[in-house]
Amino acid sequence: MNAATLFGLCGAALVGFGLYGLVTNPEPLRKVLAFNLLGSGVFLVFGAISKRAAAAGLGGDPVPQAMVITAIVVAFAATAMAIALVLRLLEETGRATLSSDGPGGTSTDGGNS
Amino acid sequence: MTISFFYDVGLAVLILGVGTTTIFAHTAFAAVIAFVVYGLLLAIAWVRLAAVDVALTEAAIGGGLTGMLLLGAVARLRHAKVDDIRTGLPVRLVAGVLCALIAAGLASAILLPPAVIPTLAPMVMENLAQSGLGNPVAGVLFVYRALDTLLEKVVVLLALLGVWSLAPDSAWGGIPALRVYARPNATLTFLAQLLPPLGIVVGVYMCWVGAKEPGGAFQGGAILAAMWLLVMIAGLESPPSIGRPWLRLLLVVGPALFLAIGLAGFLLANAFLAYPPGYAKPMIVAVEIALTLSIAVALGMLAAGPPERVRQQ
Amino acid sequence: MPDATVLPDATTAGGVLLVLAIVLPVTSVLLSLALGGRQVERIACVLMPCGLGVAFIIFADVWRSGERLTYIVGDWTPPLGIALRADGLSAAMMVTIAIVVCAVGAFAHADFNTRAAAVETRAPFVFWVMLIAIWGAMNMIFLGGDLFTLYVALELLTFAAVPLVCLDGRAETLQAALRYLLFALLGSILYLVGTALLYGSYGTLDIVLLSRRIHLEPATLAAATLMTVGLFAKTALFPLHLWLPPAHAGAPAAASAVLSAVVVKGSFFLVVRLWFDAMPGTLGSAGAQLIGALGAAAIVFGSVVALRQQRLKLLIAYSTVAQIGYLFLMFPLAFDTVSAQLQSAGALTGGMLQAISHATAKAAMFMAAGLIYAALGHDRIAELGGIAQALPMTVFAFALGGVSLIGLPPSGGFLAKWLLLEAAVVTGQWWWAMVMLAGGLFTSGYMFMVLSRALVPAHEPLKLKTIVPRYQQAAALTLALASLLSGLVALGPVDVFQAGRPEAMMVGSR
Repeated sequence: MNAATLFGLCGAALVGFGLYGLVTNPEPLRKVLAFNLLGSGVFLVFGAISKRAAAAGLGGDPVPQAMVITAIVVAFAATAMAIALVLRLLEETGRATLSSDGPGGTSTDGGNS
Repeated sequence: MTISFFYDVGLAVLILGVGTTTIFAHTAFAAVIAFVVYGLLLAIAWVRLAAVDVALTEAAIGGGLTGMLLLGAVARLRHAKVDDIRTGLPVRLVAGVLCALIAAGLASAILLPPAVIPTLAPMVMENLAQSGLGNPVAGVLFVYRALDTLLEKVVVLLALLGVWSLAPDSAWGGIPALRVYARPNATLTFLAQLLPPLGIVVGVYMCWVGAKEPGGAFQGGAILAAMWLLVMIAGLESPPSIGRPWLRLLLVVGPALFLAIGLAGFLLANAFLAYPPGYAKPMIVAVEIALTLSIAVALGMLAAGPPERVRQQ
Repeated sequence: MPDATVLPDATTAGGVLLVLAIVLPVTSVLLSLALGGRQVERIACVLMPCGLGVAFIIFADVWRSGERLTYIVGDWTPPLGIALRADGLSAAMMVTIAIVVCAVGAFAHADFNTRAAAVETRAPFVFWVMLIAIWGAMNMIFLGGDLFTLYVALELLTFAAVPLVCLDGRAETLQAALRYLLFALLGSILYLVGTALLYGSYGTLDIVLLSRRIHLEPATLAAATLMTVGLFAKTALFPLHLWLPPAHAGAPAAASAVLSAVVVKGSFFLVVRLWFDAMPGTLGSAGAQLIGALGAAAIVFGSVVALRQQRLKLLIAYSTVAQIGYLFLMFPLAFDTVSAQLQSAGALTGGMLQAISHATAKAAMFMAAGLIYAALGHDRIAELGGIAQALPMTVFAFALGGVSLIGLPPSGGFLAKWLLLEAAVVTGQWWWAMVMLAGGLFTSGYMFMVLSRALVPAHEPLKLKTIVPRYQQAAALTLALASLLSGLVALGPVDVFQAGRPEAMMVGSR
């Protein structure tokens, strides 16, 4: 088992944990943290794929590496937007919560305001 | 079973451990601290995966800037009322089973590679000399898949505008309320006076060297943003108000130059985002410099948040 | 028509237009940020006719030649580089979205007038830049030929759409925006992990190259499933639809129109690209029926909940949830059990026509609802009496949009449902025909519910809160008419959907 497979499996496990955290934790900040974990797990999977495709004297295939760099920047921008929304919600309502459960939660339909 | 294998196993176990702490910690503060540590461990993992450019980006943006953002949020949320709702056990069980299945599916894809592993590395290296670059990742980012990089820069700008849009109407055009934590003569002030000159040199170097060695616009820009944020948090500089023309111009100069050079490709080379032979490297370096500036300003303002104070006249 | 599978990828004549379709919105966004908020509406007014013109020229080119347009970016052919490709599906969707965006732009001038204030103001500036960015992102989605470029375009679309939801800054809209963002991020990251697996197996993410290299194996199936689930989350297909009603109902009228009509079509288009173009032949019969079942559940659930709504905007939002289900019915209907492949003929045309007619009709309905809200100060359905006399053009636009959703001739909705029903009969899948008929009944139900209240004459003429400008009503009516008359494409350009499709996938032509 080489480094690529090892970190690829690590990435797969992180994807599982991150997804679990995103779906089950009710607080938005914890969801954002779990999303970051999930994202980094996906990037590790990309990294494993890059390392095992090493050729032409390089340590890894540069195309997935470039994709990961792009995705890291995009994920940071997403986190910044999510955190800004959470903090603004905190200012407006004094609590930071999605009043019904978030992804995977129960239906809130039928109500009107 | 070499020593480096044991090192890798140890690193992977540590990463998993710290990562699960992020998910299952009781307080948000502990989770965020664990996440910052996790980001730094990940950077080492990326070096082990022979992806030094990614390691630099992960350390600067994934661990550093994201960690800073999350720590700031946790500090403000400490005083918030917390709902005492916990997701029900059946939902957690179903979610757990689904996530385990997905992780198992990914693991089997890793453990069962295709018979012939496809790779684009030879094609990248063959054509790299043509553009004069020495860093294959920079080649992919700025030569072969330049459209993705251009679009990604626009994505970052839009996210910034989205963050700004959360300001109350009265505060539009004002100053982001980045929390200032410094007391006079504190360690933070000292560091904010000592580190930025070093940081700026490192950031500029990283942008410059990115054409030949690992590095580049994103990594250099992130370091410059971090230095700027350090100075703002220590209270030595106030964040700019978002309507300032120089701020808007710096944000736009990177993608605008990239787009202009791309359009020039219609005349000088024979396609959009193609480079004329022999001039590729100087054009790419120019784009990288402009992008470093834009990324530094954009990442810094993203971390600073929406404007909350109207600028003092 | 030459066999598309062995033609080398090269820039075709007219391929430059594809670059223009992307560069124009991107340039406008950069110019708007640089020049500041007061110029942004002017920039948008210059962009809209140009973008519309480019879309029409691309459509005319693809329709007349029957072949797809290609542009190789940077002169690097895939797998190393990226290609932009416009086939019939892209061209038709580009024209539709261009028309909707231009109509919304005309409508939004009243609410988001940048020239009204002496300085840059928040809501108008943000609205116009996001509108332009959504248009650019949609063009990129329709033209992108590489799965990772499509990921970046999807993120662009999300970041442009989320601020529109909470544009008015109220707490409920902030919550709806946060929920939307989290669902959308979940969707993108699942899509990304699928692309990682596909790259790991085939070494390329170019759609045409993938279609040649793909074979059925566990990693590919896992990747396709994850990507599809992610895209379902972004398209709000049942059961991942929870974010849509509060988000679309809470946004300002012009923003709701764009969100419901344009933004959800982006991820839907990617599902079509993925299964029909990148991985033909990997969707099994069971998978197709499952997608159809989710669509049917969406239709039933969305319609039933819509019937129970008391507020007009929420009713229209739930109607979107139901109509999205219709879009996915085309998967089991396009599936040919003999060749175990998705075919490109009637059902695909029907599904895309459904998307087009829904886009125009829903935008018109949200615009009309926005005008009613502005005029009355509320949108409670029970108290809409007399509005038909006060705002006849608006209510007429709403009614015409509903006609298209129900599927009465000569609307595009009618033609779409006819094609889908025909496919259901031909393939013997009568149960989907029942679902479509039930859906039509439900839609008639909630449309009747609204119109019957609106057409009730008031005892005395209503006092309107604000004067509703004529041109806003005209914009809504124009879109509604477009939706109504889009069925007339059967007389001409309906075969554009077959343009550029690989020869092997076509089963006869209309």
